[in-house]
Amino acid sequence: MLSQKLKNQVEKVDVLVVGAGPAGMAAAIAAKEAGVDNILVLEREANMGGILRQCIHNGFGLHRFKEELTGPEYAQRDIDKVKELGIEVRCGTTVLSIDENRFVTAISKEKGIQLFEAGALILAMGCRERPRGALATPGTRCAGIYSAGTAQKFVNLEGYMPGKRVVILGSGDIGLIMARRMTLQGAKVLACVELMPYSSGLNRNIVQCLHDYDIPLLLSHTVIDIQGKERLTGVTVAEVDAKRQPIPGTEQHFDCDTLLLSVGLLPENELTRQADVEMSNLTSGAVVDDTLQTSKEGIFACGNVLHVHDLVDFVSAESFKAGKAAAEYVQGKKRVGTYASVKDGDGVRGVVPQKLLIPDGDAENVQIMFRPSGVYENAYIRVMDGEKELIKQKKRILTPGEMAELILKPEVVKGLSGADVTVSIVKE
Amino acid sequence: MDKQIIVIGGGVVGCAVARLLSRYEAAVTVLEGGEDVAHGASKANSGIVHAGFDAAPGSLKARLNVEGSVIYPALCAEVDAPYSRPGAMVLAFSEEERRTIQTLYEQGVKNGVEAQRIIERDEILQLEPNTNPEVVCALLEPMSGLTSPYELTCALADHAAVNGAEFRMNTRVEKIEKAGKGFRLITNQGVFEADLIVNCAGVHSAELHNQLSEKKLNIIARKGEYYLLDHQLPLLFEHTMFQCPTAMGKGVLVSPTVHGNTLLGPSAEDVPDTEDVSTTARALKMVNEKSRLTWPAMNLRTVITTFAGIRAHEENGDFIIGAVEGVPGAYETVGIESPGLSAAPAIARMLAGQIAEENGLTEKKEWKPAPKREKPFYAMTLEERAEIVKKNPEYGALVCRCEQVTEAEIRAAIRRPVGATTIDGVKRRTRAGMGRCQGGFCSPRVLEILSEELRLDPTEITKCGGESRLLVGTVAQAMKGDR
Repeated sequence: MLSQKLKNQVEKVDVLVVGAGPAGMAAAIAAKEAGVDNILVLEREANMGGILRQCIHNGFGLHRFKEELTGPEYAQRDIDKVKELGIEVRCGTTVLSIDENRFVTAISKEKGIQLFEAGALILAMGCRERPRGALATPGTRCAGIYSAGTAQKFVNLEGYMPGKRVVILGSGDIGLIMARRMTLQGAKVLACVELMPYSSGLNRNIVQCLHDYDIPLLLSHTVIDIQGKERLTGVTVAEVDAKRQPIPGTEQHFDCDTLLLSVGLLPENELTRQADVEMSNLTSGAVVDDTLQTSKEGIFACGNVLHVHDLVDFVSAESFKAGKAAAEYVQGKKRVGTYASVKDGDGVRGVVPQKLLIPDGDAENVQIMFRPSGVYENAYIRVMDGEKELIKQKKRILTPGEMAELILKPEVVKGLSGADVTVSIVKE
Repeated sequence: MDKQIIVIGGGVVGCAVARLLSRYEAAVTVLEGGEDVAHGASKANSGIVHAGFDAAPGSLKARLNVEGSVIYPALCAEVDAPYSRPGAMVLAFSEEERRTIQTLYEQGVKNGVEAQRIIERDEILQLEPNTNPEVVCALLEPMSGLTSPYELTCALADHAAVNGAEFRMNTRVEKIEKAGKGFRLITNQGVFEADLIVNCAGVHSAELHNQLSEKKLNIIARKGEYYLLDHQLPLLFEHTMFQCPTAMGKGVLVSPTVHGNTLLGPSAEDVPDTEDVSTTARALKMVNEKSRLTWPAMNLRTVITTFAGIRAHEENGDFIIGAVEGVPGAYETVGIESPGLSAAPAIARMLAGQIAEENGLTEKKEWKPAPKREKPFYAMTLEERAEIVKKNPEYGALVCRCEQVTEAEIRAAIRRPVGATTIDGVKRRTRAGMGRCQGGFCSPRVLEILSEELRLDPTEITKCGGESRLLVGTVAQAMKGDR
C-alpha cells in the first residue's frame, strides 16, 4: 500500500507513453492528433529519438517520407512534431513499474519518484540485442566482444573505436551497418559469419555494407571458440551442417581484437510482464488485437517492443495506429463485435496481430505482419478463414530477414466467419 | 613495532583471514595478483553455503564446513553481504542411489549437521514441482544457504581495509625467500618484506608452499562450467537441487542464486592451465544433459551467460590449513575447493586465531565495524526510493536497466574502501551488467563513470585489468591513420 504522502503525489495522465524512440513519439503524436491533450511521454535516455540517434547512416524514411534520411534526421522530424504539438516529454526518466490498472512509477534525477494513473498506457520500450552469453559460444570472456549496437554507440555517439581487426558474428542489420562503419573508420573487418544458410539482414545492407567493401559473408558458419585472456586475440570459425552443428575439419582461425555480435534482437518486455499481459513466445512481445491493444484493457504496445521490425517506417506506421486507438479508448469510443484469432500456418512465424475484431459497424483495413520461417521463392501467402481461402498472393521472394505484410480489406474483415484466420506460405 | 603480515591472495579466504587479522595490532597487507579481490575461484563458483553432510567425517573439510555454515548468517549481516537459506535436496533416481542418500544422511549426522531428513517422491514434487517425477527419494537439508561469493569477498576486504589492512592489486608473488626471521616476497611490483606470511593463493597455493617446504603438495586445477539463467518469479527451483555426488565432486546442480537467477552446473574437468577459465562446447553440453535429469523441462531460452571457474583440488583431498611445517612464521590454506566458500569464515577464524596465539598478537582497542552501505536500489521499497533520491539525485539515474542499478550506487562502489577500478569490478559490487543484456546498454555509461571517478582517459578503462581495454582510441585518431 502506498503511504498517504506518495498517494498525494499521483499524477493523472490520459495517455502515458513509455519510451520516446520512434514508436513512442509516433504514438504520442497520433494520440494528440486524435484529440487527447493530457499526454505524457517518459524516456530513460537524456534525449528523444531512441536508437535512431546512433544510426547515422541513411536509408530511413523511404516509405514514410519518400526520401532517404539518416537516423537522427528521421528522429528529428518526430521530435519537431512532438514539440510543435506541445506534448510533454520527460527525458532521463526511467519507468520502474507498471501494473494492469495502469498505475506507473518512474524516477528521474530532477523529479525523483513520480507516480501516475494512466487512462491508457502505450508501451514503446523497443528491444535489446541478444548478448554473447545467450549463445553460450565457448571460449574466454575477455574484453573486445561487443554487441553491434554497443559498438555503434561507442563509435557514433562517443567518438571511440572499440577495436581495429573485427569479425562479426551474425548478419543482422546492425552488424552489417557496423561492418561498413568500422571499415570507413579505418578498421579491418575480416568476415561476417552467419549460422543460417541465409542472412537475417536486409538484402540492400548485404550489398551496400559487405559486398561494396569486399567483406566476405560466411553463411552456414559460426564462431566455435573465442581466445584471449585479457583482450580478444582471435576466434575460430567453422562451417555448420544442416543441424547447425560445427563440421570437424572446417575450422579457420581469425586473428582479431574485436568480435561484434549481431545475433538477434529481443523485445524488452520486462515491464509488460509486470502488468500480467499475455505474451507470445513467437514474437517475444505482447499478444495484441488489430488496434495494438494487449490482453489488458487500455494497455497498448507498438514498435520493436511488440515485434522486431526491419524498417523504422513500419514502426512509425504501427505506432500511429496504437496512439489513435489509445486516444479512442480514453475517449470512451467502444468497439463492438466478435473476435477472431489469427494463427501462424506453415512457413509463418509470429503473426501480429494475434486477434482481430469483426466489428458490428464499419470495418477498416487490418494489416497483418509476420516473418517467413525460411526462404521461399515464387511462393504464395495464403489466408484462410477456417477452411475457406480468403487471399492468395504470389511473392517473388520471402525471407526471414524481411518482414512480410498483407492487408485485409474492410469487406474481407466484415465477412469473416469468426473461425480462426490462418496465414501460411504455400508453394502453389 | 607491529608485526608485518602479508596475506597472499585476495580471494574469499584471503580476505576473510585479513579481516580477522585486522583486529590485532599488526600491519596487514594483502597482495593480489588480479586487478581486484575475488579474482579467481571466488568469483566463479556455485555460491552455495553447504550444510556439511557431504565431506568425509573427521576431515577438516567436514568440520570447517559445518562451523562455517553456522557463522554465515551473522557474518553476512555484519559485513553486509547477501545471504539466504533456502535449503537443499540431493536427489536419488534409483534404489542404488537411495543407498548413497542414506550414506550422506549418516555422514551428516556424524558431521553434526542438524535438521536433515530423507523425503520421498511425493514430498519432493510438492516442494519442487519442476523436479523430474522419476525421482525416488531425496535428502532434504534445510540449513543449506546461498551467498554471493564475490560480494562477500568485497565486503570482507572493505572491513579489513577500514581497520588498516592494505590491499595491493596486480601484485603477483613470484618467489618467497626466507630472510632472517621473516620473509622476502619477490613480486612483479617489487620486493615486500614480512614477519609473517599467509598463503591464501588458491590455485597457486601449492607452488608457493613448495618454495618453502620439502613436503611437496600438488594442486590440480579442476574446471567447472556453468549456465546462468535470468532471474524470474516464481523461482524455477527454490532449493538447491543436487544429484548424487561422484568422485569428481558434488555433481551437477540446479540452484537458485541468492539474487534469484537459476544456475546450472558445474562440470568437473582437470585442466593443465590453472588460469584456463574458458568455456567449452563439450562441458556445456554435459551440464545441459545432466541438468535435464533434475529438470526435464529445462529451457535455455533465458540463459544470459555461461562461465567457468577453477577449483584448487589438492591430490590428497582435504584442506591443508595452518603453519607450514618447519617454516616458522609461514601459514597457509591449500586445497581450498568445495566446500571452501562455506568453510571460509571458519578457516579464517581457525587460522587467524592460531597466528595471533603463536605470535603473541594483541587485539586492538577498537576494531571498527564494517562500513555500512545503502541497501541496493533494486531491493528498496517505493517509499525508500522516494526518500533516497531526494537526498541524492544520482539515485534517479538508472544506469543498468536490467538489474536496476543507479548512478549513485556505481559511484559508491568505486569509492568503497577497496573500490571497483574496472567494468567487472563495478559489476561484481553493484550487479550493473549482470543482467539479461550483459552490459550491452550500460557498459558505455559505466565506463564513463569509471573514467570520471578514477580520472582516467576512457581508453585506459579495462574490463578486468591488464590489457583488457574496451576502447582502442578515438575515432579521430583512427581517421588520421593512427592505427
